[in-house]
Formats: sequence, structure tokens, C-alpha cells
Amino acid sequence: MKFRFSSVPYIVWSVIFVVVPLILVAVFGLSTSDGQFTFANVAKVSDYTAVFVRSIWLSLVATAVCLVIAYPLGFIMSRYSANNQRTLVMLVMLPMWTNFLLRTYAWMTLLENNGVINSILEFFGIGPFKMIYTQGAVVLGMVYNYLPFMVIPLYSIMTKIEPYTLEAAGDLGANPWNTFTRVVLPLSMPGVTTGITMVFVPSVSTFIISRMLGGGSNMMVGDLIETQFLGNAYNPNLGSAISLVLMVFILLVMSLMNQFEDNDDRGGMLI
Amino acid sequence: MKWYAKLYTRLVFVFLYLPIIVLIVFSFNESKSRANWTGFSFHWYKELFHNELILSSLRNTLIIALAASVIALVLGTMAAVGIYAMRRKWFKSLVMNITYLPILNPEIVTGVSMLLLFVSFGNGIQKFNTWIGGTALSFLQLPEMQLGFVTLIIAHVTFCTPYVILNILPKLRQMDRFTFEAAQDLGCSPKLAFYKVVIPEIMPGMVSGFLMAFTYSLDDFVISYFVSSASSQTLPVTIFSMVRKRVSPEINALTAIIFVVVLALLLLSNYYSARKEKQMMRKEEPEA
Repeated sequence: MKFRFSSVPYIVWSVIFVVVPLILVAVFGLSTSDGQFTFANVAKVSDYTAVFVRSIWLSLVATAVCLVIAYPLGFIMSRYSANNQRTLVMLVMLPMWTNFLLRTYAWMTLLENNGVINSILEFFGIGPFKMIYTQGAVVLGMVYNYLPFMVIPLYSIMTKIEPYTLEAAGDLGANPWNTFTRVVLPLSMPGVTTGITMVFVPSVSTFIISRMLGGGSNMMVGDLIETQFLGNAYNPNLGSAISLVLMVFILLVMSLMNQFEDNDDRGGMLI
Repeated sequence: MKWYAKLYTRLVFVFLYLPIIVLIVFSFNESKSRANWTGFSFHWYKELFHNELILSSLRNTLIIALAASVIALVLGTMAAVGIYAMRRKWFKSLVMNITYLPILNPEIVTGVSMLLLFVSFGNGIQKFNTWIGGTALSFLQLPEMQLGFVTLIIAHVTFCTPYVILNILPKLRQMDRFTFEAAQDLGCSPKLAFYKVVIPEIMPGMVSGFLMAFTYSLDDFVISYFVSSASSQTLPVTIFSMVRKRVSPEINALTAIIFVVVLALLLLSNYYSARKEKQMMRKEEPEA
């Protein structure tokens, strides 16, 4: 076909609006406010190690919780009839389609000191408990927001596991535990790695969930970047340096996760 | 299905839906309280429809989503066809890697990088003007260019186009290459053959790519937050500024409306795809 050149507008667009902006992040991150080359900003990122450690830790916990909740659900969903499966997938996706700010806001109203949960507890004479503005609330917010990202890849990989495979394992003498560890788990591994990436990446770079549910004391990398650009601590050079570190970290995590996948089906990154 | 499997599924769905349902219930609450029920009322819905800021940002959101997804559809379809026809492997994989960048990069980094681009561009033009001592190119310094409608549309096109491309490429790969040649042998010009043969083949990918682009654009907060201004906010950005100030039961009413709209759309698309599948099955039956 003679359409090789029809992608030229897109390539030009991508260079201007994808490649150049990322180069600008690197340039800003490696220069002072007057444009002198420096490593000082990148070096200064180490002052915020605690924020990075907190972000990574909370995201890891959220990813683990998502995996524990989603794994059985994905398997159960894949065993339903085709019609029920369609409905269940729709039910998993539906909350994802309401804006994540609204979903997070819903948890704010539930967890508040005089919110719904505490009022119910008060009725029974318990509490009130401080739930909002804790690290637990941040993890809860991430799990709630990103759970569908874990369920969908797990479910879609498990629909490919035929019931006969499981029956065969049983016929050949495997008990349910062996069937799980030696048949289901290995076959579902690509879904697990996709799910982990799809939950971990948005969790570690979020800046709204931590602010709405974590208050000011549970700042994460995303909040740190945002305050350097639009907040009171205006310093785009430092902000770019932090973005650069975050970006490199995430690309490393993703290439690490890709090591576990032996197929080169990169379409798997999408739902 | 075992009872505990069903119970487990239900529990997860309770977790997924309870917060939204509580929010919707309290949208009908008379008082401002988000915890104590004081009586049924449509008060917050009335407030919502009189809130000029919410209505104008809803309008902005729809205009931007429509503009961005149409541009992304055209740009992405052309790009997909071009990428599919590319011969040099290294170049093809380079272009594909750039296509994956906006998808794989954390949204906040994309937002920040676009902000830097637009700000640097504005500064660059200003410097150029002082350098030549005139006002050349200042038409590019329209107020909108300083973060607003134009920057929002550019940013949305940038993160939407990859989804269009990735929806169309598989359809191109499934297509029979020779139908295009056959059309030309039968007297079509390449252009006509493209419209008559290729476009119908990739139509499903174009539709799903367009819908994906449209919904991502509607829903985007993080990138819009960095490239919008106070005068051109999208709905998610407005929601954020309201949520930040806390108490505002209009948000509950808004959630209820959005939830019902999304539910209706999903049910509709579900119904259609189920019907289509049934028709396909019926078509296949006689042959089998």
C-alpha cells in the first residue's frame, strides 16, 4: 500500500507534543532557574526519600490488597455462563466510569469524623474512630479506585483456562491445592503481572487520593510534584527533577514486570 | 457455582457500590449534612442546575472531548494506516514506542511536561518579540494559548490518539491485504479503494477507538488540571476545586446524575452487543 506517508502528521504531532515536552522535563530538571546546567535538583530529590518510600510502600500494600481481592473474583467470574460474565464485567467497569474524584469523594463522606460510618457506630455506642487522614484511608482509596484494573486482566486471562484443564488435573490425581499452584497460578501469571503494573503505576503517582483521604500529613510523590508547579512551593526545576526520577523509576518497574512475561504481546497493557 | 463463590462475588460488589449508593442517597437529603438524614428533597438538584460554574465547565468538557476525539480519530486513523504500511522495522518500532509513551507514562508526568511546553512556548514568543522589537507572532499569544481551550484540546488529542491507533492496528492486521489490490485491479483508484475497502474493514476499530478517546477525554482530570486555566475549566477540574473546599452536596447530586447516565449507556451498549452476538450465532447456525 502507498500510505506510508499518511502517518507523517501524527509523527510530527508526537514529536512536538510528546517527545519535546519530555525533553523539556529533562532540561528543566537538569538546570537552574537561569538555565545553567546542574545536577543539584536531582541531588535534592534525595531530601524527599521519605516521600518516595511512603508512596512506594502504600502503593505496594494497595497492589497486594487488590491482588488478594481480585484473584478469587477473577477466577469465579470466569466460571460463570457467558451471559452472566458479560453482566459481571459491566458491573466491575461501571464504577470505573464515574470520575475517580467522585469515587474518592464518596469515601471522604463515609470516613469523616462525623461521617456516615462514625454516625452508624455512634448509634451502637461505639467510636468515633479517626479514619480519614490516615495511611489506611489512602490505601483504601487506592484499592477502591484501582481494583477494576486488577480484576479485568485477571478475569480475561482466566477465561482462557478451560474447565477441562482443571478436570484433567483432578483426574490425574491433583488435589485442589495442587491444581491451584501447578495449573491455575502458572496459567494466570500474565494476568497477575499486567494487573500489578496497572494498579501500582497509577497508585505510586497519584496526587489526589493522598490529598483527599490522607490530609496534609501523608504527602506522596504526586503531591510533591504538583506543589512544585501549581502550589506554594513553586520550583519547576525541582519539580521536573522529581518527575524525571519518578518516570525512570516507573519505567524500571515496568521493564522488570515485563521480564516475567515471556510473550511480547504488548497489547496486554491495555484493558 | 458454589454458595461461597457467590457470596464472595456479592461482597466485592457491595464494596464497589456501597460508597456510590450512599452518596446518591444523601443527594436527596434536605440538609447539608452528609451523615444525618433529615428528610427527602430535590433541593441539591435545583442548586446544581443553577450553578453557572458547573454548567459552563460541563459545556467545556463536552466541547473539548468532542473536538479532541474527532481530531484524534482522523490523526490516529491516518497514523495507523501509515504505521501498518511502514517497511523499515526499526522506524516502525520507534513510532510504536512513542505511541506507547503517553499510555505508559504516569499521567502527572505527562501533565507536567505539557505545562512546561506551553509555558516555554509562551516565553519563547515573548523573547522573540522583544528581540525583534515588534509584535510579530503575537497572534499566537491569544489569551487561550496561555493555558486554556487550545492547550486543553492539544493535550487531550495527544493522550487520546494512541488509543485510536491501538484500536485500529489489529483490524488492519486482520484485514486481507489482497482485497485492497483486488479493488484496484477492478478499476478503483487507490484513494477510492481505500474508502471502499480499507475503511469498512477497520470501522469497528475506529468506532471503539473514538469512543475510548471520547470517554478518556471526558474523564481526564490530572492532565487537564495542569493545562487548564480558571476561565476554561473542565468538569473534573471544577469538581476538584469544589471537593477541596469540602461540604457541597451538589456534588452528590452530580454524582447521581453521572452514575445514572453511565449506567444507562452501559446497559444500552451491553444490550446491543448481546443482540449482535445472537444474530451472528443465528447466521452461523445453518452452515454448521
